[in-house]
Amino acid sequence: MGTGEAGAGESPAAAEGEPSLRVEDLAYAYPDGTQALFGVNLTIARGERVALLGPNGAGKTTLVMHLNGILMPGHGSVTVAGLPVREDTLQEVRRRVGLVFQDPDDQLFMPTVREDVAFGPANMGVRGEELDRRVRRALERVGMLDAIDRPPHHLSFGQRRRVAVATVLAMEPEILVLDEPSSNLDPASRRELAEILRGLDVTVLMVTHDLPYALELCERSLILSGGVIVADGPTREILADAELLAAHRLELPFGFAVPGSTSLPDLHAM
Amino acid sequence: MGAGHHHTLHRPGDTPVHRLPPQCKLAAVAAFAIVVVATPRTAVWAFAAYAALLAAVAAIARIPPGFVLRRMAIEIPFVLFAFALPVIGLGERVEVAGLSLSVEGLWAAWNILAKATLGVVASILLAATTEPRLILVGARRLRLPPLLVQIAMFMLRYLDVILDEMRRMRVARESRGFVARDLRAAPVLARSAGALFIRSYERGERVHLAMLSRGYTGSMPVLDDRPVPAAAWAAALSLPAAAAVAAALAWTLG
Amino acid sequence: MHVPDGFFTAAVSVSAGVVAAAGMAYCLRGARRELDDRAAPMAGLVAAFIFAAQMLNFPVAAGTSGHLLGGALAAVLVGPYTAVLAVAVVLIVQAFLFADGGLTALGINITLMAIVTAVVGWAVFRLVVRALPRGRPAITAASFVAALVSVPASALVFTLLFWIGGTAPIEVGTVALAMGGVHLLIGIGEGLITALTVSAVLAVRPDLVYGARGLTAPLELRNPDGTTRLAEPSAPAAAPAAASARKGGFAPFALAGLAASLVLAGVVSFYASGDPDGLERVAADHGLDAGEQEHGLGDSPLADYGVAGVADERLSVGLSGIIGVGVTVAAGGALFYAVRRRTRDEVGASGTRTGSADGPDRARA
Repeated sequence: MGTGEAGAGESPAAAEGEPSLRVEDLAYAYPDGTQALFGVNLTIARGERVALLGPNGAGKTTLVMHLNGILMPGHGSVTVAGLPVREDTLQEVRRRVGLVFQDPDDQLFMPTVREDVAFGPANMGVRGEELDRRVRRALERVGMLDAIDRPPHHLSFGQRRRVAVATVLAMEPEILVLDEPSSNLDPASRRELAEILRGLDVTVLMVTHDLPYALELCERSLILSGGVIVADGPTREILADAELLAAHRLELPFGFAVPGSTSLPDLHAM
Repeated sequence: MGAGHHHTLHRPGDTPVHRLPPQCKLAAVAAFAIVVVATPRTAVWAFAAYAALLAAVAAIARIPPGFVLRRMAIEIPFVLFAFALPVIGLGERVEVAGLSLSVEGLWAAWNILAKATLGVVASILLAATTEPRLILVGARRLRLPPLLVQIAMFMLRYLDVILDEMRRMRVARESRGFVARDLRAAPVLARSAGALFIRSYERGERVHLAMLSRGYTGSMPVLDDRPVPAAAWAAALSLPAAAAVAAALAWTLG
Repeated sequence: MHVPDGFFTAAVSVSAGVVAAAGMAYCLRGARRELDDRAAPMAGLVAAFIFAAQMLNFPVAAGTSGHLLGGALAAVLVGPYTAVLAVAVVLIVQAFLFADGGLTALGINITLMAIVTAVVGWAVFRLVVRALPRGRPAITAASFVAALVSVPASALVFTLLFWIGGTAPIEVGTVALAMGGVHLLIGIGEGLITALTVSAVLAVRPDLVYGARGLTAPLELRNPDGTTRLAEPSAPAAAPAAASARKGGFAPFALAGLAASLVLAGVVSFYASGDPDGLERVAADHGLDAGEQEHGLGDSPLADYGVAGVADERLSVGLSGIIGVGVTVAAGGALFYAVRRRTRDEVGASGTRTGSADGPDRARA
């Protein structure tokens, strides 16, 4: 599985000179006082596809909301392609970080697909023919161009999920951050989405419980548990380490085995 | 017509009035109200003329009289107050049907009733012929402060959410035998008010976060800025203009 | 109670309109600083909440009912500037779409129900909070008192405006009594609803209560080796710089607004006085003023729109308009000023600072 190349023969990291995302010592507490993140550190290079794994309540969604400034850290910093996330840089940060939430219905709030996909670039000042071109191109990349004038609530869940991705792609982001992209998708939609993601040339950070999906699409994985990163390495290795997974309430699906794992699944045990 | 809207104020239709751009209608109604209020109360014929003008608009917009009358119920508290004025008012008194009524009070009651009623009917006609979303568009085109228009937009969105939740909570309360009868009901109502606020906030928050993530800065991007034809303005402003003629006559002729 | 068209004279309506517009303009700037990009949705939520709540009448006693005004509640939840805007939007929408409140009485309605309640509510809230020990119970108690006081305050201003320029011939004493009595009772209901709502929101989402900022604890950081340290908050809680910038900008703005209101009131009140009171003109024209009766507001020093003792009619009428506006603006301005100073002082006293996060005390085994 390849990392997306920025240009023919050119190393993407060298071209940019900056990682797509750098998070340093990030700490945060919820409004009612409960602390969620206790000092998160991670770096993602341009073109990588990385999975963010972890048990429920680990703070994955909370962490993700810091990446485009929806939440501001109580301590620490987030930097996107060299640009620190601050009150005064939010507009550009939100162009660079394309955040796709778990529930597509939270993201599709306009009367037609066209208007939803146009919303992002329009906020950035794009108008007229250029706007139209971007909308069409984004929908093409997710295979939903023929739905352009339909109301979103007439589409199937999987289609809405794809349109939600398009709404963010139209802004031409630096890094695409997806929260549980495969949840509630039927197998065919799951596969279609995987093909789409593989074909994109942006950096990808994917929050997911779907370990096989992570293995299929992301060459590197992080585990967030107890508000800090406890593992960071090739997906294959992490998923093959049954003890590590068990320590953080992660499990492979029944019957699934990673080639080269330290233990074979016992199909007869509970 | 609008998904999930409880607004029974809007009566969908395709009449010339419905088709007028919203900013023209807003300006027309506001101007009309000012003209009405500035008219001396003694020129009773002028008020009759205003009523006739509004009736004409209602006819063009195919709004049935019953529709308007039902929504005028909002005026009732002040109607009652207005009727009380001749009785409790001071000054010179006159005998009417056996009752001693204050002359000044009668005029004051007439003043309030006439002007308030005309204002109410104009507003009802505006709301009946214009979708709420379009009214906000009209407000923005009239160069009202964008923050205010945005607040109004969010208010309309949240209103649906809140009224929905309120209904559910009331059903739940009443199913358990609780009906608000006097001041002692306040604590129960207020506790559910807090929960209502939070639940509505959280439902709206997710959509708002999604909007923020796509660069929303507080005003919806205007994609459709077609200039409004002068004919539309002329049509809309014909209402206050005609009223102004009547008012001018009322002033000069006494 | 939403005032309809025709209830107040043109002079008072227009002056109140100017006050309302000036107040809202000032609040538009302040609201951005209060809540930045959350201002619009939070204000919209509060507005929707108040709108819905105002549709519910709560029984006050013996067949009378009142409804929530909401200015104080809004001020505690989203801050005074945003609160004024939220309630103003409710009133504007009610006037245009729901025919609740006259279009020409918007200035009066906004002044009474948005500006007076929110400003008085916030001022009282801050006073009470400072007098009590820090914590959630103090905020709840302060909300109750603030809401309770805001309602009769609004009624008081209504009575004042009515005394100056109401078109109905009722004894001011009667009005004052009726308004005062009912609104005291409504104030109790308002206080209860406000306090309970604020306490319920405080318990679950204290970040949604503007009046409760500064009650947060320092963050803990976990090092890779399992040890912990405390963090110094990196984002400043409020912006004292913004407050002082505001001070510079307010004075000339306020003076201009005041001057405009006074000129308008003075000029308009002269020309308007002869007009809406058609009865008087008719009487004068037809020589009936020989037996002219006392105007209903005869005991007011501003009776007949003239100030007693000033001979020249134009000057007299103009003066009364100016005095009327002056009183309202002075009261509003004083309240705003008081609120601004307190808010600025509170900013300095927020939160405790813990030891430095990096450096010597990294590891606490």
